[in-house]
Amino acid sequence: MNNVALIISKRLGLGVLTMFMVSIIIFLAVNMLPGDFAQALLGQSATPEAVEAIRRDLGLSKPIHTRYFDWLVGALQFDFGTSFAKANFSSYAGTSSTANFGTVADQIAPRFANTLFLAAVTACIAVPLSLLIGVLAALYRYSIFDRIANVSTLTSISSPEFFVAYVLILVLAVLNPVFPSLSNIHDGMDFAQKLQKTMLPALTLTLVVTAHMMRMTRAAIINLLASPYIEMARLKGLSPFRIILFHALPNALAPIINVIALNLAYLITGVVVVEVVFVYPGVGQLFVDSVKIRDIPVVQACCLVFAAAYISLNLLADVMSILSNPRLRLPK
Amino acid sequence: MTLNISRRTALKTAAAAGALSVAGMPAIAAPKHGGTYTIGMSGGNTSDTWDSRTHSDSFMINMGAGCVFETLTEVSSAGELVGELAESWEASPDAKIWTFNLRKGVKFHNGKSFGADDVIASMNMHVEEGAKSAAKPIVSSVEEMKKLSDHQVQFMLKSGSADFPYLVSDYHICIFPAGQIAEAIANGIGTGPYKVVAFEPGVRAMVTKFEDHWDADNRGYFAEVEQIYIGDASARVNALMTSQVDAINRVDFKSVKLLDAYINIDILEVTGNMHNTFPMLVGNAPFDDPNVRRALKYAVNRQEMVDKILLGHGAVGNDHPIGPANQYYASDLEQTEYDPDKAKFYLKEAGLSSLNVDLSVSDGAFAGAVDAGQLYQNSGSAAGININIVQEPADGYWSNVWLKKPWCACYWSGRATEDWMFSTAYESGVPWNDTGWENERFQSLLLQGRAELDTGLRGEIYREMQEICRDEGGTVVPMYQNYVDAKSNRVEHSGQTGNLWMLDNLRSCKRWWSA
Repeated sequence: MNNVALIISKRLGLGVLTMFMVSIIIFLAVNMLPGDFAQALLGQSATPEAVEAIRRDLGLSKPIHTRYFDWLVGALQFDFGTSFAKANFSSYAGTSSTANFGTVADQIAPRFANTLFLAAVTACIAVPLSLLIGVLAALYRYSIFDRIANVSTLTSISSPEFFVAYVLILVLAVLNPVFPSLSNIHDGMDFAQKLQKTMLPALTLTLVVTAHMMRMTRAAIINLLASPYIEMARLKGLSPFRIILFHALPNALAPIINVIALNLAYLITGVVVVEVVFVYPGVGQLFVDSVKIRDIPVVQACCLVFAAAYISLNLLADVMSILSNPRLRLPK
Repeated sequence: MTLNISRRTALKTAAAAGALSVAGMPAIAAPKHGGTYTIGMSGGNTSDTWDSRTHSDSFMINMGAGCVFETLTEVSSAGELVGELAESWEASPDAKIWTFNLRKGVKFHNGKSFGADDVIASMNMHVEEGAKSAAKPIVSSVEEMKKLSDHQVQFMLKSGSADFPYLVSDYHICIFPAGQIAEAIANGIGTGPYKVVAFEPGVRAMVTKFEDHWDADNRGYFAEVEQIYIGDASARVNALMTSQVDAINRVDFKSVKLLDAYINIDILEVTGNMHNTFPMLVGNAPFDDPNVRRALKYAVNRQEMVDKILLGHGAVGNDHPIGPANQYYASDLEQTEYDPDKAKFYLKEAGLSSLNVDLSVSDGAFAGAVDAGQLYQNSGSAAGININIVQEPADGYWSNVWLKKPWCACYWSGRATEDWMFSTAYESGVPWNDTGWENERFQSLLLQGRAELDTGLRGEIYREMQEICRDEGGTVVPMYQNYVDAKSNRVEHSGQTGNLWMLDNLRSCKRWWSA
């Protein structure tokens, strides 16, 4: 058991190191964005004095390494600073305290909750669905069902997300008004309303992620079906369904868990386009809007959240596949 | 497409109304109270606040001056200046002293009653130390403000300005409660017909009818208004087509036909003052020669640009910045047409047989600017003008290209008054004079027109100024760009919508009603 703890803590250590590297890259990359906040905020109506006043107020003149360490220390305590947009606003208002207007963390938290909600709804549909189709496809491989499942999932993953989204809008919102085409969920809604509003983006994402998981399930199981112990099981006279579910699937879990984790990470970090099409107020839209106005603290915090989600889900996948594999769990 | 879109639309509506009344139905039902009005609006930002000094895009202008707040005056759907919080106003003969009589019995959403102090405090917001208001130039033209009584304010201007009552209709100059400005900015407290229920910057805003409004019977008919930020043009169209929203702004020109085919959707299209331009820095050769500038004006095929870049949703420009939404727009001024021979003639006058110039363009200047540049290149070649298209990055376009490169693409949303427009971008020495053009006669007319109260005389002055711009100015104005919005037939309007801004001057919440 000590061994497992060692392996896991090594993985965690690597995860932390990766996060640190990522934070440096994020900070440098965001600071290299062309243009600047003051000008983006004021647009064509920027007068030089106004631009100068905003820059001065935001302390953009400090050296870059000072700003990085200030930011890193803050981020470790979940304090991502005050959004430029809000800070600038409070300086207009002439009120000294920025506390009224919330921090970046306050700004991201509700959006991130929305993104998690969408990811959860999608995962609840997509994961069982793709496992089921994957198992069935392995069971009836090379049958008509297998081919249809393969072709349709590959078609949906190969189409751009926005195209899938528009097809779904056309079919499920315009021609047969089952679900709303706008997913503007907000706090005033109860769970059922939110679920209904979230359905179309969730279905879009389901179509996008299913193929990957389903094909990995199918491939992993088929791969195992050639092994001697499955042949033994078959010779014992077990039903094909039982063989796959109880003999093959447990051994195929490691690659399946990996691909599920990757897709969950994608559901959190890669849904910007879907959020824009359905006007879903998730963190992806916040990210895009903040880049648009060069709101550096928000952009950095979003990047960090994305990176953290990606790295931790991958860590989780690693740990789970170690635990699901006796050869890794109990090395000689 | 003719310029008088609003008039034509009005005629069409009138004809339709006539047909309806034959069938025994009322032409336009009297405004009805109640109902929810949902708008899918572009132009939202996570940095949005209730501070009207920072409002620069449709989402907050519509929510600010269009719902929650009020200004002293407003421009009506018919294009006339009418009072909002001001009942009436008068000027001294030199247009230097303006006295505004304020409405009585007006209340803010927090119960405070409105008076002269609120006007003075709200004006001062724009010039206070460190303020970053876009309306600063307007307010700093005021030398002194005097409270004559609780409901009378006097503005002493530094120099005469006949347009002053127009200028205070600017959506930046919303009236806030004196002494509670910080609170009003944080929570959105104004005198408007709707008060704030929920506001998530960059996502949505929800307002509900303010029962104590001074004119609750005649403006702000809806029980509540929800405004959703939809940045993506296709998503806006989708939302309208699936009845998720009642109105959308900035309809993509390509979707207009599609939407028009829907029987329960109306396209609202007006030609306002928004125009696309190609300013030349006249201090640089070869643009320092007026003949070269005229040659370039004759070398552009305006109608082709309107047809191909705006897909017909616009009108040809005449190289001056005054548009159909302006009071003294000279619609009868002779139109400069595409004429390669004349362009050649003016080149010869300049002593040239051919001309090589660089034109800096980017879609950051206006949508389709790169294509417009290519059309210009094509039409210019027939006149021996070789235009070299330089594609610039959209990012930082306004700081790196505009005002810096000798010839570039640009757009102006226009201004409510002639003087405002000219003194923003055409007056000698102002920072946004994007051509550096100076003309003595133009300048003296500008100063004369500014302080002139006689409308007939002003009309003549501004007509001549438009003419001078057309003939001598450094800007090519190939086209006016229409405001194209759409609404469902679940909401109604009076039959005429304003053309100063999109969606009935962004006042649809105050003016429209549920069908």
